[in-house]
Amino acid sequence: MIATKQLSEFEGVTDAVILMGSDLNKEVLTRTGLLTPESEAAVCEDLIIAVKAETQEAIDKAMAAVDGLLNQHGSGDDGEEYMPKSFDSAMKAVTGLNFCIISVPGKYAKGEAMKALKNDMHVLLFSDNVTKEEELELKTYARDNGLLLMGPDCGTAMINNVPLGFANKVRKGNIGMVGAAGTGMQEVMVLIHKLGGGISQAIGTGGRDLSLEIGGITMLQGIEALNNDPETKVIVVISKPPAEEISDKILTYIKENVKKPTVINFIGGDKSKVEAAGKEAASTLEEAAIKAVKLAEVPCCSKYSRENDDELTALAAEQAKLIKPGQKYLRGLYSGGTLCYESMLVLRDYIGDVYSNTPLNKKMKLADANVMQENSCVDYGDDKFTVGRAHPMIDTTLREEEFVKEIEKEDVAVILLDVVIGYGTHKDPAGVFAKKIKQAKEKMEKKGIYIPIICYICGTEEDPQNWAFQKATLEEAGAIVVSSNAKASKLAGMIMKAL
Amino acid sequence: MKRVNDIFGKDLKVLNIGLEQFCIDLKEQDVTAIQMDWRPPSGGDKEAADLLSALLG
Repeated sequence: MIATKQLSEFEGVTDAVILMGSDLNKEVLTRTGLLTPESEAAVCEDLIIAVKAETQEAIDKAMAAVDGLLNQHGSGDDGEEYMPKSFDSAMKAVTGLNFCIISVPGKYAKGEAMKALKNDMHVLLFSDNVTKEEELELKTYARDNGLLLMGPDCGTAMINNVPLGFANKVRKGNIGMVGAAGTGMQEVMVLIHKLGGGISQAIGTGGRDLSLEIGGITMLQGIEALNNDPETKVIVVISKPPAEEISDKILTYIKENVKKPTVINFIGGDKSKVEAAGKEAASTLEEAAIKAVKLAEVPCCSKYSRENDDELTALAAEQAKLIKPGQKYLRGLYSGGTLCYESMLVLRDYIGDVYSNTPLNKKMKLADANVMQENSCVDYGDDKFTVGRAHPMIDTTLREEEFVKEIEKEDVAVILLDVVIGYGTHKDPAGVFAKKIKQAKEKMEKKGIYIPIICYICGTEEDPQNWAFQKATLEEAGAIVVSSNAKASKLAGMIMKAL
Repeated sequence: MKRVNDIFGKDLKVLNIGLEQFCIDLKEQDVTAIQMDWRPPSGGDKEAADLLSALLG
């Protein structure tokens, strides 16, 4: 996938993939218009390299580099590093392996995860497309053996201050988190860091953990572990609204067992039940972070500025004046599922429900996730977009294409964009989008059209991409960068309402 | 009985199977990590892999 991403970034290359010739991958090629008679004839053992470019010269240059890309070793100059082919050899090579990260295709994930558990390793199962039955089997085994099975589809975790998967570099501290919402957890961790607080442990559960079938196995294990952890003073629980029965189960467990201050954000869920359990409820991810920092009695002040409501109101009024009468719609393009979800909740207060591939209200489901209509927010990290393609936080190509398509529509009034940085993600997402923003702005200016592009960057200055650098890059390209996802959505809603 | 908390405070030693970037990131932070040279079982033929797995018990 790294080679695919690098191939896509060659000058003049519009699309590129490198994948095995399985039937599933051939479906991906058909959908992306890259299937040729040669690749159609490929079998499972074949490697397909498909490149679409503006010129033959660009194709030739990209193809000439393929060998080098495929043979590179990400670890840099020590390309000869030993890579075991089995668990047995891995455990001989490194004694005491206690953690396993798995991101193989979904249909192979359960087998590898079970091997890891049986070898006494905690697991972060990044892979998606794992069945509920497989998830239940893995989690039951893990729980019975005192291990964590974080996932499937678990994007982030932080154990002992080590960022795992897609994760940001944040301060070590006394706030412990358990969450069934990947970018939701990242957002709260980042905001806690920016408010001067720090994280003790952050345990991901995977998005389906709080379903009726799974019953919150990992969530309950996580809460119990944080409750028993002397380093954790405050607990934060983050999830999209769980099944009611499971929500009651979690809240009852917390009420009966957890004496530590706890902040719960069932994003968009019923706050009264949380309050009835004697705990703090939060409406947005930002509010959860603020409440947690307050409860943790963080002594320090923050160097990060945050916009207040008056500033947002003034900015919205100023932006709305620049928008022409024919521009009517909002388009949100997200790589973070929970960030998309939270935005739709915030926007609801201003413009009602919006269309989406993951809508709040089923009636607003987009018939085709590739075609936005009226006010729409699309989560490009949804399973359907990631079959045979890297997650949009790694491979920005699809979202770039959609961004260009949407910004050139004359009835679009506001664009919302999330940029998630940190470990595991694209090396310079702001740079990629800044280039597209500049080009689009120039093009639209010639037509006399101005479209505010509101960005939120989930990350810190300690991340490899550096939040401050990413922010400056986007602002220089003409984007508006706001201090939280909730505020970005609020600003967009305010502008839309002012039209 | 082993508890989840046993991992807290210990040095993580990570086996990474899949996206190599996760392993690279860990090594950059001086975390012990090893990348598995993973290939789909039976060259991606799930049916053959299941048969093989059943045969091997």
